[in-house]
Amino acid sequence: MYQAIVFLPLIGCLIAAAIALFGARMRYPGGEPPAGAENHAFDHGPHHRAPAAAGGGVIQASHIEAESFEPAAIGSKAAELITTGLLLVSALLSWVAFVYVGYYGHDARVPLYTWIAAGELRVDWALRIDGLTAVMLVVVNSVSALVHLYSIGYMREDPYRPRFFGYLSFFTFAMLMLVTADNFVQMFFGWEGVGLASYLLIGFWYLRPAANAAAIKAFLVNRIGDFGFALGIFAVFALTGAVGFETVFASAKSLVGQTIHILGRNYDALTVTCLLLFMGAMGKSAQFLLHTWLPDAMEGPTPVSALIHAATMVTAGVFMVARLSPLFELAPTALAFVTFIGATTAFFAATVGLVQNDIKRVVAYSTCSQLGYMFVAMGVGAYSIGMFHLFTHAAFKALLFLGSGSVITAMHHEQDMRKMGGLKNKIPFTYWMMVIGTLALTGFPFTAGYFSKDAIIEAAGSATGAVAEYAFWLTVIAAALTSFYSWRLVFMTFHGKTRADHHTYAHAHESPLTMLVPLAALALGAIVLGFVFGEVFTRDHGVEAFFRESLFSASGNKILEEMHHLPLWVGWIPTVMMAAGFLVAYWFYIVNPALPAALARQNELLYRFLLNKWYFDELYDFVFVRPAKRLGRFLWKQGDGWLIDGFGPDGVSARVIDVTQRAVRLQTGYLYHYAFVMLIGVAALITWFLMRGIVG
Amino acid sequence: MTIGLSHYLTVGAILFTLGIFGIFLNRKNVIVILMSIELILLAVNINLVAFSAFLGDIVGQVYALIVLTVAAAEAAIGLAILVVFYRIRGSIAVEDINLMKG
Repeated sequence: MYQAIVFLPLIGCLIAAAIALFGARMRYPGGEPPAGAENHAFDHGPHHRAPAAAGGGVIQASHIEAESFEPAAIGSKAAELITTGLLLVSALLSWVAFVYVGYYGHDARVPLYTWIAAGELRVDWALRIDGLTAVMLVVVNSVSALVHLYSIGYMREDPYRPRFFGYLSFFTFAMLMLVTADNFVQMFFGWEGVGLASYLLIGFWYLRPAANAAAIKAFLVNRIGDFGFALGIFAVFALTGAVGFETVFASAKSLVGQTIHILGRNYDALTVTCLLLFMGAMGKSAQFLLHTWLPDAMEGPTPVSALIHAATMVTAGVFMVARLSPLFELAPTALAFVTFIGATTAFFAATVGLVQNDIKRVVAYSTCSQLGYMFVAMGVGAYSIGMFHLFTHAAFKALLFLGSGSVITAMHHEQDMRKMGGLKNKIPFTYWMMVIGTLALTGFPFTAGYFSKDAIIEAAGSATGAVAEYAFWLTVIAAALTSFYSWRLVFMTFHGKTRADHHTYAHAHESPLTMLVPLAALALGAIVLGFVFGEVFTRDHGVEAFFRESLFSASGNKILEEMHHLPLWVGWIPTVMMAAGFLVAYWFYIVNPALPAALARQNELLYRFLLNKWYFDELYDFVFVRPAKRLGRFLWKQGDGWLIDGFGPDGVSARVIDVTQRAVRLQTGYLYHYAFVMLIGVAALITWFLMRGIVG
Repeated sequence: MTIGLSHYLTVGAILFTLGIFGIFLNRKNVIVILMSIELILLAVNINLVAFSAFLGDIVGQVYALIVLTVAAAEAAIGLAILVVFYRIRGSIAVEDINLMKG
């Protein structure tokens, strides 16, 4: 069964890839695309501003009814149905596995092959199925199956659907390899696989420069994190001589207090290792300092944003910390750092989310912020609660993204919320789904977020130490901000008088059924997941029964118990914050819509600061990008051009040319010159013979 | 004054030098070059005949006759080439013949 769960998406991916390749051959028998082929990128691109320079004329005409200039590849339908069908099977099996592993306690380890066996190093392909994996299997496969289904509707006009579905299935497979990994190397394989899939899907509309730039940015920023992750794996191997989770975790205790020698100083080995590993998590989960790629990743198609950049891939970092809890739990300094970064991200992303105008970017910053919450939970030692939030967040954030996608389709690929409004009656189903998603995200009582997010805030409140205090207050404030920006999104999009142009508004229509069914399924999840699984994830005996050894808690870690002995106000404060955020948003955008603009004018500086995302992009551009470019330019112009080329190949060839040019000038072509040279030669020869005759 | 060997040789040398300079300093046309070559050959012939008479060896005069034959053949071929060349290029000026210029 487990093999089927993991490898069905791979099979789907391969079939879709075969169809895509075959289709490409059929389409361009000579290998050259016809002149109109590049139009496809502009047809469905959500950003019509971005390619404006490149394809001005096309955009005006590219409404839904203007159908693509190109017919879909042959077999598109088959590719869609096969990949979606296989994913649905996989998702159903995942739920079976979830019950089987979680509630009946049948952990499993399925060895597949030996991958590397070199000296001491031994790496196997194996599927490790325990409570933690079971949760991730359900999250990944369910969301992926729904997104596949949704994409059938969303991508219905794109001529390159087989490629799209192939990528989606490939992503799912890589993610499954990541979560079922039995050792660090296999995890890294999945880790890089999802990174690749993310790159390919962000850049799916590869003819749009903005999408390409975003894809490259995502890839590069992730490489920084992966560099740390790889170093962490090396450190683990150097310390324990193994990369298998079992072996490493077994010897983790003996590592406490060991030091590692770096650049002439000694550091605590476990702390360094955990910090390096966490660096990988920061990159993948878009945490503070390495978060810049996530908002840009919204250039990809919306289903991709929902699947990869909200529900699954970005949670890989959280999962990794949970999986490595036996290591992290023994490194309190690293955990404090995790908490600190998580809290900072939760607050930072929420503040930026307040003022964004692009509907997808608001949700993207919200994702970033919620990932911060999860890391706070990890950092204070409440791993199961972090996983719980991951679980519920996957449902309601995917819902919000897919809902946004539905809005975007309805608005003819308009993403700017300032040009929406009043859509409530036009697309009522999407509206209600978005409201449910928002309620769940903001933590309205008895929705999913109420259980998981409030649990995180409580966990932060019950942990001790300055960092936990910091995390508690920041997450509380962020809860209010979350509520504000989420309702702002709903009010700006669906309420009030419309700000869209007449044509667009009149043609706004509800999405096809394939897009609405996943919305309904996710909405159901967003409502019920909280109280159905709250017991399992947040109560200590439930956690004990469900996760067993997959989550490790040091003997002094009693956070799940302490959580329930907090003062009453701590339990209430998130709900109060949620209500406050809602009321402020209501006042700002329904009662007095002129207020936000006035406020922005009054606090021009703050507004600019937030609108420009704390100027992180500019800062990085200044600190890293430009010096790197300057260095590159210097090496190119001076190092390569002047030194190597100047004295190497180019220099030698220049000298040869100089010499030959002179030789060439000797050839005048005049007969008498040649004759003269001959004579001189003869004279010289005779002179030589004569002189030799005389002297000799 | 008796005419001796050295006079003949002097005449030969003068003719030879004239021929050489006729080739080098000539900027007019190719026919002059051909004539200069004839001149050089004649200078050689004078040398051969002079030494033949001086040494009493008939071989030199025989050789001079061979040289004359060769010179005639060479002149014929040279002029033939020249005619063909003129037909193709429309000029036999030495200045214009520089196809081998690098």
